[in-house]
Amino acid sequence: MPTFTLDQQTIEYNPGDTIMEAASRAGIYIPHLCYHPEFTPHGSCRVCVVSVNGRYVSSCTTPASENLDVTNISEAVQQHRKQLLEMLFVEGNHVCPACEKSGACTLQSVAEFCGMLSPTFSFQYPNRPVDASHPDYMLDYNRCINCELCVRASRDVDGKSIFGLSGRGHEAHLVVNSEDGLLGSSNFDKNDRAASICPVGVILPKHQGFNKPIGKRLFDETPINEQMVEPQR
Amino acid sequence: MSAATVEAINNIIDNNHDPDYLLQHLIEIQHHFHYIPEIAIGALAQTTGFSETHIQSVVAFYSFLSLEYQGDYRILFSDNFTDRIDHNQQLKTLLEDKVKDASVYIGMTSCTGLCDQGPGLLVNGLAINDLDDQRVEEIAALILNKEPVSNWPVHLFAIRDNIQRSDIQLQQESSGGEGLAKALSLGPDQTLSVVDASGLRGRGGAGFKTATKWSFCKQHQSDQHFVVCNADEGEPGTFKDRILLNTYAEEVIEGMTICASVIGASKGLIYLRGEYRYLLEALQGTMQKLRSENKLGNNILGQNGFDFDVEIHLGAGAYICGEESSLIESLEGKRGIPRIRPPFPVQQGYKNKPTVVNNVETFWSVAHILRQGADWFNQAGTEASPGTRLLSISGDCERPGIYEYPFGMTLTEILKDCGGAGAQAIQMAGAAGTTVLAKDFARQLSFEDLATGGSFMVIGSQRDLMDLLDNFATFFRHESCGFCTPCRVGTLLIEEIIQRFNHKQGSEVDLEQLQRIAQIMQETSFCGLGSTAPTAFIDALNQSPELFTERMGHDIDNPVFDLEQATRDYKRITQ
Repeated sequence: MPTFTLDQQTIEYNPGDTIMEAASRAGIYIPHLCYHPEFTPHGSCRVCVVSVNGRYVSSCTTPASENLDVTNISEAVQQHRKQLLEMLFVEGNHVCPACEKSGACTLQSVAEFCGMLSPTFSFQYPNRPVDASHPDYMLDYNRCINCELCVRASRDVDGKSIFGLSGRGHEAHLVVNSEDGLLGSSNFDKNDRAASICPVGVILPKHQGFNKPIGKRLFDETPINEQMVEPQR
Repeated sequence: MSAATVEAINNIIDNNHDPDYLLQHLIEIQHHFHYIPEIAIGALAQTTGFSETHIQSVVAFYSFLSLEYQGDYRILFSDNFTDRIDHNQQLKTLLEDKVKDASVYIGMTSCTGLCDQGPGLLVNGLAINDLDDQRVEEIAALILNKEPVSNWPVHLFAIRDNIQRSDIQLQQESSGGEGLAKALSLGPDQTLSVVDASGLRGRGGAGFKTATKWSFCKQHQSDQHFVVCNADEGEPGTFKDRILLNTYAEEVIEGMTICASVIGASKGLIYLRGEYRYLLEALQGTMQKLRSENKLGNNILGQNGFDFDVEIHLGAGAYICGEESSLIESLEGKRGIPRIRPPFPVQQGYKNKPTVVNNVETFWSVAHILRQGADWFNQAGTEASPGTRLLSISGDCERPGIYEYPFGMTLTEILKDCGGAGAQAIQMAGAAGTTVLAKDFARQLSFEDLATGGSFMVIGSQRDLMDLLDNFATFFRHESCGFCTPCRVGTLLIEEIIQRFNHKQGSEVDLEQLQRIAQIMQETSFCGLGSTAPTAFIDALNQSPELFTERMGHDIDNPVFDLEQATRDYKRITQ
């Protein structure tokens, strides 16, 4: 099997693998948000950047090849991830102590892993109303990071294409494909794949609140970098 | 909704239900109604099979499309730095004052490519140049008289080529298809050898060797190959393709046809930026003429089995679509979000088939190279940058316009020709390019020193470089596609920081953050837009730190606290 090097370790890969796929198979965690093994790579969050022969590339979109020298965990790479995470935190309205997803939030957990404890860039405080129109689920757009996992899940698994991205630049935002743009008017169902894919706290079940005590939440006992199977959210 | 509206929409859709034409239909609907009526979204959803939400999301991506009726006239003032130094803002205010009660929308748009004869504007998508008080008053009178734009006097739309310096390529008589005839007699492999020997490098800016790109594409087995001409000349300060498409379109299409003969394509597409819509009719006429001369169509120039034709797709106000993979997405009728590479367009491009995407000027040069030979071309220029190229010169100089230069010319020589003596800086290659200060004017135009996609803006000594940065910061915030984190958020944060300095409210923290944001954009952005957007700010910080340090609002010893400013966000969210 062909191999490349990642943090001085020899990693085997199958032709066609990305760096992320090969590393995951070898049990190595590369922080990521928009990547998910069930879906085609996206490459938008950039949090999975690694340094390859001195250049930064996203590991979820870069094909593995012989003789790559990949750095995943180093001060410089983690610094880059911290900046990107800061950007995501200031772009939306992320109030972790009050958020139901706290403790089970991939964004929060990845930030902790990368050492991003508090953003330094200026907060944007966007105005993003919450959609509570659906009987079983609510959408809190304040926490959206434009990863499009729900877009892909709804389109590729559920065959419903309920979610999409509209607008451009900093105005790019998640939209619901229904007549009035509300989730309640769509055919979204609580058993959809899209209902359990959100890595942050946008797509949340109703009729329950903080049902897992601190200490028992998804990432409380096992940090994200040790959960080798993609966390069930 | 009237029956006439429905009929107009049906005429535009014209039974073409191919989803690739969604954007083209939207552009024509916008052109007809000056907005996209709701009923049109419904009709398109039915014919293309897309959801209405999807169609609305495409509309929301492109600046020239609007879901709301904003008036019978939609006027967009060009807002490049060169427009600003010619007082576009004051002219906009003048027009707004004059037409207060009329049914008109007046806004700003990114550079419309008339920097040598600016300020420019677009009225219902058509370009007007040379704005001054008198012309603005004339426009105001037409609006108040409710004259349809089709009845406006032609002198308002009289855009000039404005060629100031010709060299070996512009000096050529019209090719008359000789280059294509030569390519067909040589055959694909030998034609490729000629292009290779000429050393031609792509004129869009990146400078990838043209023959290499073609040969990668040719090697890729497929039932179909495509030739795409990138006429989305969006880099601020670039307008050379405008004159090539206006006066030398035959050679541009000839170059595309030569490429088709090499890679085995039967279809070509020109992606024409929406700002150049006024060139559309003439381009279609040129293509008709070429068809009648058997230089497009079936069995071209008698060559059995060589069929090739070209189709024009319009853009709709999105700088990102100059990036080749975004351009392909846009050709396919989608939002112009760049694609993951690999696969590259030469492997999987338009409709996922191998595709060559080249700049207008590259194709134009190919036609001349085939006609005159590789040696004729590469006798000019430098070893690493053979040939000549077109510069679009604008800004603080006496003779703005189009200049053809062999590579290797120094900036000093170029400034002398255009009457730009005393300039403090040259902005090379547009907003995404490099700021070269006067002390470095001995540097040369070439891929190995100062590369450019054709933009050359002269910044006079009377200008404040912070105004240039302010212009670029707004430009990039507006033009980022929003796909990746560093560009989407970084362009927003940079604009905030630059505006703080512009209002003399900067701080050490801002400087430190600007550097951090710039580095992360340069090193982790998904595409070239994000990685090049911070260049001008970092150039300024490195070369002229006083631009920033003299605009500090406060320092550690003398902090300034502005209650209004500090509570601004709080007030906004609690309103």
